[in-house]
Amino acid sequence: MSAIFLAEFETPERLLAATREVREAGHEPLDAFTPFPVADLEGAFPPTRSHLRIAMLVVGLTVAAAFYFMQWWSAVYDYPLNLGGRPLNSWPVFLLAPFEVGVLAAAIAGVIAFCRACALPRLHHPLFEVPGFERATVDRFFLLARRAPSGEDRFDLRHLLESKGALVVSEVRQT
Amino acid sequence: MTIALNSTPAARSRWIAAAPLSNRGITEMIAGPVFRGAGKRWWIAVLLTLPFVLWTLVALIWLLTQGIGAWGVNTTIVWGFAIANYVWWIAIGSGGTLISSILVLTRQNWRTSVNRFAESMTLFAVAISGIFPIIHLGRPAYFYWMAPYPNTMSIWPQWRSALVWDFWAILSYLIFSIVFLYVGLLPDLATMRDRATRRSAQVLYGVFALGWRGSVRHWRLYKRLHVTLAAIAVPLVTSVHSIVGLDFAASLMPGWQESIFPPYFVIGALFSGFAMVLLLTALVRWGLQLEAIITIAHFDAMAKIILTGSILMTYSYATEWFLAWYGGEHADRSLIAFMFTGHYAALYWALLFCNCLLPQALWFPAIRRNVPALFAIVLLILVGMWLERILIIWNTLSHDYMPTLWRVFRTTFWDWSFLFGPLGVFAFCFLLFIRLVPAVSIYETRRLAYEEGLE
Repeated sequence: MSAIFLAEFETPERLLAATREVREAGHEPLDAFTPFPVADLEGAFPPTRSHLRIAMLVVGLTVAAAFYFMQWWSAVYDYPLNLGGRPLNSWPVFLLAPFEVGVLAAAIAGVIAFCRACALPRLHHPLFEVPGFERATVDRFFLLARRAPSGEDRFDLRHLLESKGALVVSEVRQT
Repeated sequence: MTIALNSTPAARSRWIAAAPLSNRGITEMIAGPVFRGAGKRWWIAVLLTLPFVLWTLVALIWLLTQGIGAWGVNTTIVWGFAIANYVWWIAIGSGGTLISSILVLTRQNWRTSVNRFAESMTLFAVAISGIFPIIHLGRPAYFYWMAPYPNTMSIWPQWRSALVWDFWAILSYLIFSIVFLYVGLLPDLATMRDRATRRSAQVLYGVFALGWRGSVRHWRLYKRLHVTLAAIAVPLVTSVHSIVGLDFAASLMPGWQESIFPPYFVIGALFSGFAMVLLLTALVRWGLQLEAIITIAHFDAMAKIILTGSILMTYSYATEWFLAWYGGEHADRSLIAFMFTGHYAALYWALLFCNCLLPQALWFPAIRRNVPALFAIVLLILVGMWLERILIIWNTLSHDYMPTLWRVFRTTFWDWSFLFGPLGVFAFCFLLFIRLVPAVSIYETRRLAYEEGLE
């Protein structure tokens, strides 16, 4: 049974150093929680694959195309109006509204894709039970790490975290 | 619980004027005013704006019951304050989005202190501007005819109509600005959730924070989303305000039918938007005592952008004059002469003073770093930009091709009600907003403080 620990650090540097040390010792850093994005920290975790931007592009273009189709169909077939002999399919001005609506659709798609990729909304999470974790959104830096299956680890994870400057190390149940 | 944060001149950094500023200190400083009692200044401000809100409501009811004859519009000058106010307000909104998105994309770190006002300002300004095209309709009750919906008349909207473009532009832009503002707020809502002590506040902020934990994965995707939204906001805003410009340029009127109108309107939006942001920054900085994170350097940077805007506006005006002369069209030349010497000439000269001449004072660093002077300048710029919008309408419509139709606009009490009332509504919404959410982005200020080495 591999245990999972949540360690609280005072600065992003300590969190970063601990993350590297934990990985070198054969344990598995699962996640880190910080009050602001720490650029260096992202390199310490495997990259996140997501189709956020592709989803935005596809949805935006699809909605824009559908909107143009609606204009074209209504103006050419369903309700043609001859205004001084202008072409029924007045494409230059028909581009305006689809552009606006397409960008809006892309933005909404982006938010939905973001929520899906982050598994949000999730109003309650087991980590919220850990005392002091509320400071992850204020001024503390947390590392969540799983202890290596016995035999591989050279140091006990709890001692390692404490030796790297963790203020509090708490064991959490499987999330 | 409050931590005294006096700005210290010895601070090493440019954008944060208090050292050392801890993460907890930043959170307290920005989130504190939301949880503390409102304070005397806030209540006085609310009491000052409340009559304007009521005035606007009365004016709206009067207009909807009496019809647009309540305004000074006549059969020649069919557009009046409603369209000028619409353009003015949506310009301020567009300016807000342009500011926050362009500054995100160009990685201007100082933006952190002004982003949030700029985005909230956009939201309220666009919401107010959206009212005007509806109420300027002869029959406002039927405004929904602009939407394509299955109807018993079997008709469709006229997609070639500028009114329909406006409908989609405002609608898309309003919802987009809500989304953009909300995404920017998300990590701060989580901070508010974790800082709140009352159960009701915890639940309220908790629901809107969606369970944000600030994990590496969250931040990584969040940054990707925020930057992408900023990147698509720029073309959106440019196109929205170009559509506003096309409302005029797609007509056949002298002085309106000009290809420079869309970019000229976009620059005007940037110019008046920055003026409004600077005004609000000065007020919020004073009201919430945020001198430590909104420094003189912020005002300096914004003033430089306003100066650039002023130069580009002057260039646009000059292009108008030049093309009227160079084009050789009699109606265009006569219109320019009417602008400088006709019935509204005093207003036109005032416009040139406010938008072109006065901002040249911003070449001097001493003025860029003097908050009261800047406050006065941006106030006059906002007046000048409003004059520009109303004069675009009045001059062209008063001095059309047909001399027998030349008339002037006589303002009524209800015209002025729709100018001053919404200003109070805007201020009222903004006051409520800063009581509900942090007025400055907390997480970005933390990152800025960290990157500037003030930990």
